[in-house]
Amino acid sequence: MLDNMSDHEYRKFAARHIPARLFAAEDFARVRRALGRKVLFAQGDIAVAYGALLAGCRFFAGYPITPATETAEIMSRLLPRIGGSYIQMEDEIASIGAVIGASWSGAKAMTATSGPGFSLMQENIGYAAMTETPCVIVDVQRSGPSTGQPTEGAQGDIMQAKWGSHGDYELIALSPSTVQECLNLTIEAFNLAETYRVPVIVLTDGLIGHMREKIVLPEYDDINFVSRKTTAKAAAAYRPYDNDGTNIPEMANFGTGYRVYITGLTHKESGYPSTDSQADHHRLVLRLCNKIRDNVGKIGKVQRDYQNGSGDRTVGIISYGVTSRSVFQAVKELRQRGFAVDHLRIITNWPFPEAEVAELVSRCRRTVIPELNLGQMYHLVREVSSGANDLVPLWKTGGELHTPQEIIEGVTG
Amino acid sequence: MEEYRHRLMDYVREEIMPHRFCTGCGCGTVLNAFVNAVEGVGLSPAKMVCVSGIGCSSWIPSPYFRSDTLHTTHGRPIAFATGVKIMRPDLTVIVIAGDGDVAGIGGNHLIHAARRNIDLSVFMVNNMIYGMTGGQVAPTTPYGVKTSTTPHNNVEPAFKVAELVMTAGASYVARWTTYHVFPLMESMQNAIRKRGFSFIEIVSQCPDNYGRRIGLRTAVEFLHQFKEKAVRIDKTAGMSEAELADRIIIGKLCDRERPEFTAELHALTRRIVAALKQEQPA
Repeated sequence: MLDNMSDHEYRKFAARHIPARLFAAEDFARVRRALGRKVLFAQGDIAVAYGALLAGCRFFAGYPITPATETAEIMSRLLPRIGGSYIQMEDEIASIGAVIGASWSGAKAMTATSGPGFSLMQENIGYAAMTETPCVIVDVQRSGPSTGQPTEGAQGDIMQAKWGSHGDYELIALSPSTVQECLNLTIEAFNLAETYRVPVIVLTDGLIGHMREKIVLPEYDDINFVSRKTTAKAAAAYRPYDNDGTNIPEMANFGTGYRVYITGLTHKESGYPSTDSQADHHRLVLRLCNKIRDNVGKIGKVQRDYQNGSGDRTVGIISYGVTSRSVFQAVKELRQRGFAVDHLRIITNWPFPEAEVAELVSRCRRTVIPELNLGQMYHLVREVSSGANDLVPLWKTGGELHTPQEIIEGVTG
Repeated sequence: MEEYRHRLMDYVREEIMPHRFCTGCGCGTVLNAFVNAVEGVGLSPAKMVCVSGIGCSSWIPSPYFRSDTLHTTHGRPIAFATGVKIMRPDLTVIVIAGDGDVAGIGGNHLIHAARRNIDLSVFMVNNMIYGMTGGQVAPTTPYGVKTSTTPHNNVEPAFKVAELVMTAGASYVARWTTYHVFPLMESMQNAIRKRGFSFIEIVSQCPDNYGRRIGLRTAVEFLHQFKEKAVRIDKTAGMSEAELADRIIIGKLCDRERPEFTAELHALTRRIVAALKQEQPA
């Protein structure tokens, strides 16, 4: 359709959507008005939606799934109020597809799902990694495998988040432990996606997703807004995957005159396919991985609660996501009993903070790793430990959080 | 002496020519018709986004057509195109892909896009086979044909994709073959101009991986067959189902005005934003 919108209509439309304009204070003010009060009592699913809107997300495509549906509901209600677009697609494959299409059209875009939908999305997540498409995927984890226990939380997708698509690639995954952190880390997820041109996964779970806590909405000045580096080169001089030394190519959004060719095939810097060159493939995949691996220090976030003790009563606990909440209480009680406890809470699951984990494990006589699965992060911890000290995986599935007592027994038992 | 340059060369990515299509493949004809249609409607490729999937015909726009092009995963181009069209309704978004991509693995996206009546033009090149993988049965392969995965016989009937899309709610649906190039070009222009979901099924030939299994070794034999089997839709009245069973119904199946999805969506957004402004003047 040639005249779907008049020029005037389009200019008004573009003013609301084009990323460079998203962060003007008045746009932010409009979002804040749509969200209502500054202090709220809200669910994790709602907090990720609010975080997305505050970060500048203007496109959401999704499909209903427990326990993630509330995010889609909130986005369908609020996105049109700030000039954004919501669409319910026919399945999760289509949802992530539409998100990638919207991202190439200049929008900050997101979808939200749970385990079964996340599994369906994996092929297109690999496509987003290969084509270096900034996008955010919220996975509200639930008990699996398969349909499992839809309303029950779990941490069973930690490995899938990294290894779900075929081939070698890197992406970023974040695990919030509180409802406030759902909001904060979703903003962070958009910034990371735009900075590194990767899909970023926010790994919440059915427990935090449905739990209500107090949250405080940030102000314009509290947020560091990041948007993708777009090219300023002349169209004739621009190649979609030229490496300027940062490993992160400049992007040319669709409809900006660059006529780029984007493919999931192995491609050269020109974007054109190179389906039988070992050198081209190796160079591409190495760059895709190195742009994340070389920046682990900048991307990775952990929370350390260390006493830096030594001796027989020094123990470590490594946790992430909702499980950390029981650990906080267990740490308090253990310290009262005279243990020197070092608690490392991992916020960035991927790229995995190897250095921090190795340092902790080497120092502690015993390190306990509680997870709502049958030992997924345990593998990663084991990989970076020397094997000299005790590693104790605390496994639990079925949707119930570890009690602080169970964690204490893991330490003392 | 001035070097000869075809007038349509600016529409294609000359730097990666020659194309990779097999000898006699119908994809070259479709590319030719498409480029002529784009020129015919006076559309600048800079104002277009072409989206395709996996398969031989997906290479028609990506990489050969010089617009923004998104070469997506197998079966999903319509889903990706939906995101593009919503965010950039000012651009013309076109999907070119094969029957395996659009009607096989991606069939769900096809019917839902038609139901929404989103302003995309989908040109499905139907060669009745999975050609790129070497000639396996497709949802469009006729009953009774031997392929590399129906070595004993295909016992499934073929999809009537154009009729399916019409029933699902598309604004414009047509079917042509690579023999009917000029009507196809005109139909493509109409589809591009149409506000709403437009769909053209282009029956095409694959001499290498389909023809050799059914005794049609060359493109010429295929085109003769398309010419003989084709029956214009306005001539089908009074023909029985049995008479039509082995025929290719060509022509425009429907051309109607229905609400278009992105226009509806953005109009709703504008109404909501305007109502809010009245409530809370800035």
